[in-house]
Amino acid sequence: MNSDRAITRGSNAVGVPPVGAPSADVVAAIRGVSKVYSLGGHQVKALDNVSIDFRQGDFVAIMGSSGSGKSTLLNVLGCLDRPTAGQYYLAGQDVAVMDDETLSRVRGRYLGFIFQSYNLIQQLSVVENIEVPLSYQRPPMPGGRERCLKLAELVGLSGRLGHRPTELSGGQQQRVAIARALVNNPHVILADEPTGNLDTATSHDIMNLLDALNQAGRTIVMVTHENDIAERARRIVRLRDGRIESVADVRPALLSTR
Amino acid sequence: MNLFQQLRLGFRSLLLHKLRSALAVLGILIGVTAVIWLVAMGEGVSYQAQQQIKDLGATSIIVRSIKPAEESSRDSGARMGISYGLLREDFERIITNVPTISRAVPMREISREVRHREHFVDGQVIACTPDYFGMTRLRIARGRALSEVDIQTYANVVVLAHEAAMKLFPIEDPLGRAVQIGQEFYVIVGIAVQRSAAAAIGGSLDARQYDRDVYIPLSTFRSRIGDRVATIRAGAFQLETVELTQITAVVDDMKEVDATADIIRSLLQRYHKVVDYAVVVPKELLEQAETMRAMFNVLLLLIAGISLLVGGIGIMNIMLATVTERTREIGIRRALGATKGEIVQQFLWETVVLSGTGGLLGVIFGFLCGPTVNGVRRAVGLFLPEVWAALPPNIRNLEPRLAPWSIVAAFGISVGVGIVFGIYPARRAANMDPIEALRHE
Ligand SMILES: Nc1ncnc2c1ncn2[C@@H]1O[C@H](COP(=O)(O)OP(=O)(O)O)[C@@H](O)[C@H]1O
Ligand SMILES: [Mg+2]
Repeated sequence: MNSDRAITRGSNAVGVPPVGAPSADVVAAIRGVSKVYSLGGHQVKALDNVSIDFRQGDFVAIMGSSGSGKSTLLNVLGCLDRPTAGQYYLAGQDVAVMDDETLSRVRGRYLGFIFQSYNLIQQLSVVENIEVPLSYQRPPMPGGRERCLKLAELVGLSGRLGHRPTELSGGQQQRVAIARALVNNPHVILADEPTGNLDTATSHDIMNLLDALNQAGRTIVMVTHENDIAERARRIVRLRDGRIESVADVRPALLSTR
Repeated sequence: MNLFQQLRLGFRSLLLHKLRSALAVLGILIGVTAVIWLVAMGEGVSYQAQQQIKDLGATSIIVRSIKPAEESSRDSGARMGISYGLLREDFERIITNVPTISRAVPMREISREVRHREHFVDGQVIACTPDYFGMTRLRIARGRALSEVDIQTYANVVVLAHEAAMKLFPIEDPLGRAVQIGQEFYVIVGIAVQRSAAAAIGGSLDARQYDRDVYIPLSTFRSRIGDRVATIRAGAFQLETVELTQITAVVDDMKEVDATADIIRSLLQRYHKVVDYAVVVPKELLEQAETMRAMFNVLLLLIAGISLLVGGIGIMNIMLATVTERTREIGIRRALGATKGEIVQQFLWETVVLSGTGGLLGVIFGFLCGPTVNGVRRAVGLFLPEVWAALPPNIRNLEPRLAPWSIVAAFGISVGVGIVFGIYPARRAANMDPIEALRHE
């Protein structure tokens, strides 16, 4: 815990506030989160006492060698996994103690997901894929269909609304996934190696899109192992053996009051 | 998602694997069609039986002569042949001693060849009184029925049943012409309307064609043919003396049927050393037919249950495969906000679409039961005439009757089967770990 603090302070990042509910402009915060896997008697600490705050308009790249805990951290942030210890505040609530159903609702309401392999549903068209998160909103979100069409336009796929995922290129599929991640107006967008399956040119297109979204005030947390991709973020968090090794600012934080 | 969207999603997901889904649908379809068809056949048989019993009359009691075992017949002088059955005295005793009887009709019946020139019919000669026509609801198409005068004058007159008339007189008008029965000639005074065949119920009545009967006055029969007739049974020539083949007694109220039948039984018992008669109560047959129908339905439900169970297992098998294949989709949906309950719902709807489609198609095929049976009947009659002729009349004349309850039940059960057999795969889908599911290839 102490060493974590020292590093974050040393790298001149956002300081860790005292334990308790985070301040208003922090959309997501993990405090002293550990994740321990028991494998055949001995224990693996995938995350070891990790604390980070994500402010509104933040764009964080998580880096680290294989097995350092990147996926585990993203899963915890995505409410797909519960930490063994510690708190996770999302939209002002501690989600670490929520049950499965509430966690599902939290995911649907506050989070947007972008995956390395796009993860579109094959039997649905472009616009229907974008619509999927809306079908799990309780209460239902009004004006859903128009919102989907607008987002399809935003990611440049207005001409392909009726196409199936298999009829699209990798870059186009990832654009659909980005539109889908935006449709519920999430507090945080979580991206797991979003350019991992794409060539360099397409990767830069996608990063431009994410950049534009961040400029518009979206909070993005992205796992990547490519330095040039990570450079596009505002901060780079490096993990090693489940601990935060360093937090480095790339660009100044977006000055947004929203 | 609303109901329509759920169903649409289910359809589209099933279209991912058209052949597999079609086979699962087929399993349910066959089950549902089988249920509807079997019930329709059962209802047809039961309806036929009930109609025939009703024709016999729910207020009537039928007493028939029965040939007893060889040694115990009334007098068995080998040369004289055997003599058994109801006597004219029995008839008198019944009408004078049983007050509840409003009407009683005696009848004598033998098998005889009826001829007209080169045409002949192997029919039943029914010797009866005019009352017989009213009681058996035998209606006259042309000419007249037998009359009281015919009885009193021992007239050589005859009424032909429909088919007998058609066979003996393919071209000419039979009315006023004569047919030969044995050595005698009888003038045709009437032709009856066509009748359907009777079925044997409870083994008490013969199943046979009424349409080859010929009707002559009972008095004429006695004077021209006599009580003692020669029959050929199992290749052996035999003389049989029988006075009456059947006495039909009618009461006014159905409630009196059982008591009246008991009185008749005890009356006959007193005068007959051996039981060479049988008392048949159509009302009892009606009840018996109802019981049989109920038993038949239970059997059908069993068959239906088994076939739908098999269909259900087919569905479960396919849904388990679907769930495994779509692990990734499940992970995606869970990540995007679907609760376990919503995943269960999605897959349950999919199963219901599958089984419901099978059920719906099964109902459509169910409606084809009548036309199919008719088609098969026509085909057998056309291409396998010997087989057709060998079939008992109640099968040849079977009209399946679609039972509305069976359609509703079969469809409902198929959807129910979908839900029951869909729950396990759907729960399995919902209980997957989203992280594992997303990692699935
Ligand atoms: N489900 C699991 N069961 C057991 N050990 C796990 C599981 N998930 C991850 N781990 C372990 O936790 C550590 C961190 O894994 P992960 O977060 O996947 O690393 P990264 O994504 O940075 O490669 C690794 O040592 C891995 O073996
Ligand atoms: Mg990983």
